[in-house]
Amino acid sequence: MKTQSNLEKVLAAGHLAVTSECGPPRGASAETVVEKAKYLEGVVDAVNITDNQTAMVRMSSFAGSVLVKQQGMHPLLQMVTRDRNRLAMQADILGAYALGIDTMLCLSGDHTKFGDHPMAANVHDIDSIQLIQMVKQMRDEAKFQGGADIKGVVPKMFIGAAANPFADPFELRVMRLAKKIAAGADFIQTQCIFNVEKFEKWMEGVRDMGLHKKCYIMAGITPMKSVGAARYMKNKVPGMDVPQELVERMGSVEKENQPEEGIAICLETIERLKKVEGVAGFHIMAIDWEEKVEEIVRRADLYPRPQV
Amino acid sequence: MITAERKPLEEILAYIKPFKRILLLGCNECVTVCAAGGRKEVGLLASALQMSRLKEGNSIDIREHTLERQCDPEYVEELVPMIDSADAVLSMACGCGVQQLAMRFKEKPVFPAVNTKFMGGSERHGVWTERCQGCGDCLLGLTGGICPIAKCAKQLMNGPCGGSANGVCEISDDVECAWHLIWERLKALGLTDQYMEIMPAKDWRPAGGGGPRKIIREDLAE
Amino acid sequence: MEQFEPVIVAFCCHYCAYTAADMAGSQRLVYPSNVKIIRVPCSGKVDSLHILKAFEKGADGVYVAGCLDGDCHFKNGNDKATRKVKHMMQYLEEIGIEPERLEMVKMSAGMGQRFAQVATEMTEKIRKLGPSPIKAAAA
Repeated sequence: MKTQSNLEKVLAAGHLAVTSECGPPRGASAETVVEKAKYLEGVVDAVNITDNQTAMVRMSSFAGSVLVKQQGMHPLLQMVTRDRNRLAMQADILGAYALGIDTMLCLSGDHTKFGDHPMAANVHDIDSIQLIQMVKQMRDEAKFQGGADIKGVVPKMFIGAAANPFADPFELRVMRLAKKIAAGADFIQTQCIFNVEKFEKWMEGVRDMGLHKKCYIMAGITPMKSVGAARYMKNKVPGMDVPQELVERMGSVEKENQPEEGIAICLETIERLKKVEGVAGFHIMAIDWEEKVEEIVRRADLYPRPQV
Repeated sequence: MITAERKPLEEILAYIKPFKRILLLGCNECVTVCAAGGRKEVGLLASALQMSRLKEGNSIDIREHTLERQCDPEYVEELVPMIDSADAVLSMACGCGVQQLAMRFKEKPVFPAVNTKFMGGSERHGVWTERCQGCGDCLLGLTGGICPIAKCAKQLMNGPCGGSANGVCEISDDVECAWHLIWERLKALGLTDQYMEIMPAKDWRPAGGGGPRKIIREDLAE
Repeated sequence: MEQFEPVIVAFCCHYCAYTAADMAGSQRLVYPSNVKIIRVPCSGKVDSLHILKAFEKGADGVYVAGCLDGDCHFKNGNDKATRKVKHMMQYLEEIGIEPERLEMVKMSAGMGQRFAQVATEMTEKIRKLGPSPIKAAAA
């Protein structure tokens, strides 16, 4: 065990782990975070707190994580390299750990062009892989990125990264994962999976390189609310692969039945993925539909969550 | 070369509004190549300014002159005989040239007529793209000759990110994914193993992170 | 009151537009004398500066006449001229001169009729627009 992280304990014990996410509000309301997080209480092993997602300013993932921790849940601090330099990131890591946060996800972050501040600088002092290296060095060598020793308590983060089996070029996607693991990633959360065949192909490559043994791979899942949502994800979101037959399936039912169809697809996907060797758990991203996570977890036979 | 684009006429007119006699200076190097501030563009701007000011009933005297370069003191010195007959100087050179003029002619208002954009090269006639950001520690030897700092929207050193699709950057279909290009190059060169090496966090000091940069050649400087 | 007689400068390419002008002449077709023809080897040879200078020196309207698409004697001079004219129309707008005062037209060597028609239409268009704002200010 590298850390005290609850997520690490669940994964190390051999259970299928479950995580979900909570997007902080575009205002300063602590209550909003608490309310959203309540939907996930007892349902997940860790809660991702997003970091200025799609480059829209929101309450910081740091603050959101602290609020979630205060509710007795396990926050997963997401950190993008887009908004801060290495000094600020290391400072945040020290602060987060001091406040009981021990699990984090290292990301580049969507370009500012997508958000509400397209005029802002894209910092990227370091990229996501260099961030993974940095967090690992802090944990395992007790050193800052610049080389100096960390004094006193050393932050021991369980380090996560994102992987997208569906982005281009496909041949690079397994190598990219290998690079993140070589840099120090302990676990991975993938982009949400609709094209299970393509994901299975990616996993073949992953297993060929033995990567599933070096790192816990959690499959990303998103339930579709409507045929409109399906189309939007297919056409407007970069790096997503939504097969046409799923869009048609969503469109083939009446509007009021579409949510249930979306959940059905979601549950079928989970069942298929449970059978894929190397899948260590599920990361359920129910955007604007957080209340459904508990139902999905229960109906997928992943409830209750193990107490480790 | 350094690329630039002419400023909107409205902005230029606002700068020179109080002045009657202008020295309009072009540069024969970079801004000529990107058709922004060479002899021809000086001619066009002079004509345009004449006509605009005539319309306002506030006529103007414009003297047109194009220097070999505006970023070297020796060339700027050529302007000494012309400078007294001008109330202000309007330069179509890049920021380097404009500043050289301001340094030499401390008492004379100097204004830029172009917006300096980026260091780049020609894709084809009339199209120029950004290629270099002067990071001071060139890594083109490691990336098949394609720069991830200048050409990747997130300046990733270990790309591509998850937003790369169909060889195109997430920010626009018009922007090629730099890492897709790098990967294709590495493949063509048989260097795909190199991709697995992790590029460590960059030292940004040579890139300007250490303050405004300077080069002193001891063998050349007196 | 005297009617306003616009001054129009027409840059005509030797191979097509100028020959069409010749044809109009030999067919005794009438077109306004407001149009001053300048022969150029190719419409692509017309420099942006020539266009602006024409306006600066008092032209009320300017047009560049080249060959029909695909027929340029120099392959794509007429395409270059078209792009140049479009660009200069934007510059004119910035200066405060109506971009309609500048136009790109295309015709073949045998189109005497068209030459006369374009000359007439352009003259009327500019007459309606009135004197160029530059001339008006200088007056």
